[in-house]
Amino acid sequence: MSTTLLLLADGRFPAGGHAHSGGLEAAVTAGRVRDLDDLDAFLRGRLATVGLVSAAFAAAACAGGDIHTLEAGLDARTLSPALRKASRAQGRALLRAGRTLWTLPTAERELHHPVALGVVAAAAGLTPAEAALTAAYGTVTGPASAAVRLLGLDPYATHALVARLAPDCDAVAARAATVDDLPACSAPLLDIGAETHATWEVRLFAS
Amino acid sequence: MHPEAHTHPDPHPARNATGARALRIGIGGPVGSGKTALVAALCRTLAADLRLAVVTNDIYTTEDADFLLRNGVLPADRIRAVETGCCPHTAIRDDISANLDACEDLEADLGPLDLVLVESGGDNLTATFSKGLVDRQIFVVDVAGGDKVPRKGGPGVTTADLLVVNKTDLAPLVGADLSVMARDARARRGDLPTVFLSLVEDPAATPVADWVRGLTKE
Ligand SMILES: Nc1nc2c(ncn2[C@@H]2O[C@H](COP(=O)(O)OP(=O)(O)O)[C@@H](O)[C@H]2O)c(=O)[nH]1
Ligand SMILES: [Mg+2]
Repeated sequence: MSTTLLLLADGRFPAGGHAHSGGLEAAVTAGRVRDLDDLDAFLRGRLATVGLVSAAFAAAACAGGDIHTLEAGLDARTLSPALRKASRAQGRALLRAGRTLWTLPTAERELHHPVALGVVAAAAGLTPAEAALTAAYGTVTGPASAAVRLLGLDPYATHALVARLAPDCDAVAARAATVDDLPACSAPLLDIGAETHATWEVRLFAS
Repeated sequence: MHPEAHTHPDPHPARNATGARALRIGIGGPVGSGKTALVAALCRTLAADLRLAVVTNDIYTTEDADFLLRNGVLPADRIRAVETGCCPHTAIRDDISANLDACEDLEADLGPLDLVLVESGGDNLTATFSKGLVDRQIFVVDVAGGDKVPRKGGPGVTTADLLVVNKTDLAPLVGADLSVMARDARARRGDLPTVFLSLVEDPAATPVADWVRGLTKE
């Protein structure tokens, strides 16, 4: 099943991710992320919070968890209305793509992105651990590729950073796939940044 | 899973005779060539006969939508802006999901439509729309960019269903030879149509509006 995993985790998979910066655009404009070191810290913070939660929910959805319970759980964990909207928009895009490729067990058109990811991964024949890995990887690569576009960072250096984060990504995914209680870590600056970002006249990314 | 029961639903079903969904026309072309001005002109000319809506992809989310609103050509609920994450061509070609969502939401919110115009963010000569997003595409270039543009070709100039050479009023000022542009466009495009336009002299965009009207009757 490894090729299917690569397909789903590929940044070129047409599921709307390219238009979302994972909070990076807000952080860049606020002056919190200016260079590769800042990006390193930003990605680590994101992976340890949003990344772990997303990976755990993706794994739970993939394992056949009740979709509505998981949706409510993510709503409760996502303070920012703008981030709930962004999550659902990406979930919708992923369901559209997933439905074209595989047979989904739900007619739901819009779900939180991690839940959609779990549902689509299961339909593709992937395991909860693989769904968690895809989610954790995506929380890192989305903002990393946005950083290349927004800050003009060297793409080699940025990919080297992602490579350095690979063991952390693996560890977060492994933990997410084995936890008993769904985690509820949060990153307040991401919530605040997302709310500010949503009010801008001029923005390049949807979130 | 039951592979035998799997029908691979088409994510963007073709338009059918019962008008299950609106005709979608993409309008692409370099920055400043007059895409938004053309969209505004088409709205003014066609709004009386056709139920229409607009999706914009300008890199500055609200810019094009604001232009259309300010000029009073369409009410705000008929215009959706899509963010493109610094890659206008990705949103109309490689990953069209946000644009498909916008088209579908417009029809879901407003009821059946005849026509949705999708304006791309300004890009270069290589950007074209995916056939999964639009039924037909118009590529807009202008004479102020020089009369060599059609000769340069590129997928937009070569394959668009309609090539619009806009701002002909500026030709004498920039020393552009329209006959050279017409000849090169023919060489690049074979039988595909090309029209010359000045939105200053023809604010109704008559030849383009006629072409669009013809499509909606197909
Ligand atoms: N002289 C002249 N100016 C035009 C014409 N069409 C558009 N413009 C102007 O060209 C500029 C760019 O037009 P716009 O529609 O915003 O271009 P877009 O970036 O392709 O959407 C605006 O200032 C328009 O008023 C035309 O036919 N003649
Ligand atoms: Mg424009």
